Amino acid sequence: MAELTYREAVRDALSQAMRGDERVFMMGEDIAEMGGSMGVTTGMLAEFGPQRIRNTPISEIAIVGAGIGAAVQGMLPVVEIMYEDFLTISMEQIVNQAAKHRTMSGGQVKVPLTIRTQGGAGWSPGAQHAQQLEAWFTHVPGLKVVFASTPEDVRGLLWSAIYDPNPVIFFEHRTLYPIKGEVPDTIAPIPLGKARVHREGGDCTVVATGRLVHEALKAAELAEKDGISIEVVDPRTLSPLDADALVASVRKTTRCVTAHEAVVQGGFGAELAAVIQHGAFDYLDAPIERVGAKFAPLAFAPVMEEFIVPHASDVLDAVKKTLARA
Amino acid sequence: MTQVEGEPRVDAVLPEERLRGLFREMLVIRRFEEKVEERFRAGELPGFLHVAIGQEAVACGVCAALEPDDVISSTHRAHAHTIAKGTHINAVMAEMYGKKEGCSGGYGGSMHLYDVARGNMGANAVVGAGLPMMAGAALAFTLKGEPRVAVPFFGDGATNTGAFHESMNLAQLWKLPVVFVLENNGWAESTPASQQLPLAVEDMHHRALAYGMHHLEVDGQDVEAVFAATREARAHAVSGKGPVFMNVRTFRFTGHYVGDPQVYRDKAEARELAETHDPIERLRVRLGVSDEDFERLDAEVQAEVDASVDFAKAGTDPAPEDALRWVYADGTMERS
Ligand SMILES: Cc1ncc(C[n+]2csc(CCOP(=O)(O)OP(=O)(O)O)c2C)c(N)n1
Repeated sequence: MAELTYREAVRDALSQAMRGDERVFMMGEDIAEMGGSMGVTTGMLAEFGPQRIRNTPISEIAIVGAGIGAAVQGMLPVVEIMYEDFLTISMEQIVNQAAKHRTMSGGQVKVPLTIRTQGGAGWSPGAQHAQQLEAWFTHVPGLKVVFASTPEDVRGLLWSAIYDPNPVIFFEHRTLYPIKGEVPDTIAPIPLGKARVHREGGDCTVVATGRLVHEALKAAELAEKDGISIEVVDPRTLSPLDADALVASVRKTTRCVTAHEAVVQGGFGAELAAVIQHGAFDYLDAPIERVGAKFAPLAFAPVMEEFIVPHASDVLDAVKKTLARA
Repeated sequence: MTQVEGEPRVDAVLPEERLRGLFREMLVIRRFEEKVEERFRAGELPGFLHVAIGQEAVACGVCAALEPDDVISSTHRAHAHTIAKGTHINAVMAEMYGKKEGCSGGYGGSMHLYDVARGNMGANAVVGAGLPMMAGAALAFTLKGEPRVAVPFFGDGATNTGAFHESMNLAQLWKLPVVFVLENNGWAESTPASQQLPLAVEDMHHRALAYGMHHLEVDGQDVEAVFAATREARAHAVSGKGPVFMNVRTFRFTGHYVGDPQVYRDKAEARELAETHDPIERLRVRLGVSDEDFERLDAEVQAEVDASVDFAKAGTDPAPEDALRWVYADGTMERS
């Protein structure tokens, strides 16, 4: 076992894939000399050269579109959209092209494209550099959507995303880049579509994604002092969703809270709640609570930013609310 | 046609036999499109229908100049490109009827004709969307060291999209083997070029100049000129010198879509245009095809087209649940 940061884990998956397979290459804004805006690809230009670590112009449509075109021709491109917010610019290519080519061609093509991006609050980046848009992409058949929360998971999931024959949107959360975690010495691919139980508990399941996994774990520790036992489950892949694992957990604990950083309204928590109530209706002792951001664009001032996005305390409050229902 | 500087001359002249082949192909496309128009009006064909009557020489000239391994992407006006790239009219017609025997297995329809085995990477219903993907295909060829080119077809309307500009920029920046084929028919639906472009149609090369890209001006009603220009463009692009922009001037004789009342256009003028600028008639004169020979050929072609309708109608309807079959490349993922 080695200890890597989440950032190093991403880089390790990319580097190892590129070392072992000529088909893998990367494109994105400032990913070469600069190593990307988050330093994820630092050092990779020196090892792989400018053919395979490609700096692109500021052209989100072309970055994703060219990724699709190269993928269809047998490459395994990993494209980086610098900030998750800018996925909106390439939305057409993602939603209408990447997701649909296989179907429209009657199975003649496949699009093994990985779109890596990052977002998240915590540094006062303001309203246009910190959104969490994962729910949008889970609404699109043909896309797979991954959101990794630990170094081990991000490495194993990214590996699987690169080799998945479908377009995968791969979300990273920027406040997680420095966190450290144990990872196996050799990359163990984590199958897409498999949830992870981070902590077992008996009173309430918290289904959390991204940064909120860590907040949920904090909440679970705090809850322990009050004699409340929380189970924390991370779906890791949002589409396809491991509904069985989530339902099994809630059948055991009989209560559920969903938690993500994105706004609650129309958020992925709604989908989780619907899937879980369908599979565990007869077991539920309380309505499912949803934790997420307040319904506002992210504000700049740290106090306002803090106020908008959820924290461990919000998760704990939601758990207590479910427990208060008879 | 301006010649690309410093370019070795390529075999840009078609032998008479191949030219006769192209004459036949253009006629097949014309009769095919007239037939789908008729069947559409009869209510037999689902979906939207756009024909490229008048533009046949562009599709045929370009595709004839490509190597079998080269790839194209097409537009909402896709039949001519698809047939010219080698797909049998039976497979295209069956696709129009939504049959399993169609070139996209009934999943695509008129605006999403694919034939990957013949290098047709798909027709797109989103204006401009094929261009970045062709840049990506060309990038893959570069990375793999394969001497192939990627050829997006697109209209003048598409040159106003971000996808066009981003693709032109990227392709030129990275010297990708792309041949951008602008089918410049002067219309985007009902909007004439004068209302959608700050440039005159004949000045469209300025868009290439803005990126420092080589460009060729081509008479799109002359299949030989289109062929010759495409040979030049292909040779340039595949040699690593970068992409080429072809401004191919052509005409859309019909409405934007089948059923378009064309209230925005002088119909007499359009009719006259069709009479004076028909690429098929032009080639007929050039080849000296007699009326008698033409009628014989036409009857033969008509019979082939009629047979394609019979083929399509006798085709297999997909089962409704087949709709879930190709959503993911690793098997069906059904979510209800
Ligand atoms: C992005 C987008 N916007 C609008 C449309 C509707 N639309 C379909 S064809 C067309 C005009 C396209 O004109 P042009 O690119 O010149 O091609 P032409 O029809 O002349 O072949 C429009 C506006 C569309 N399909 N896609």
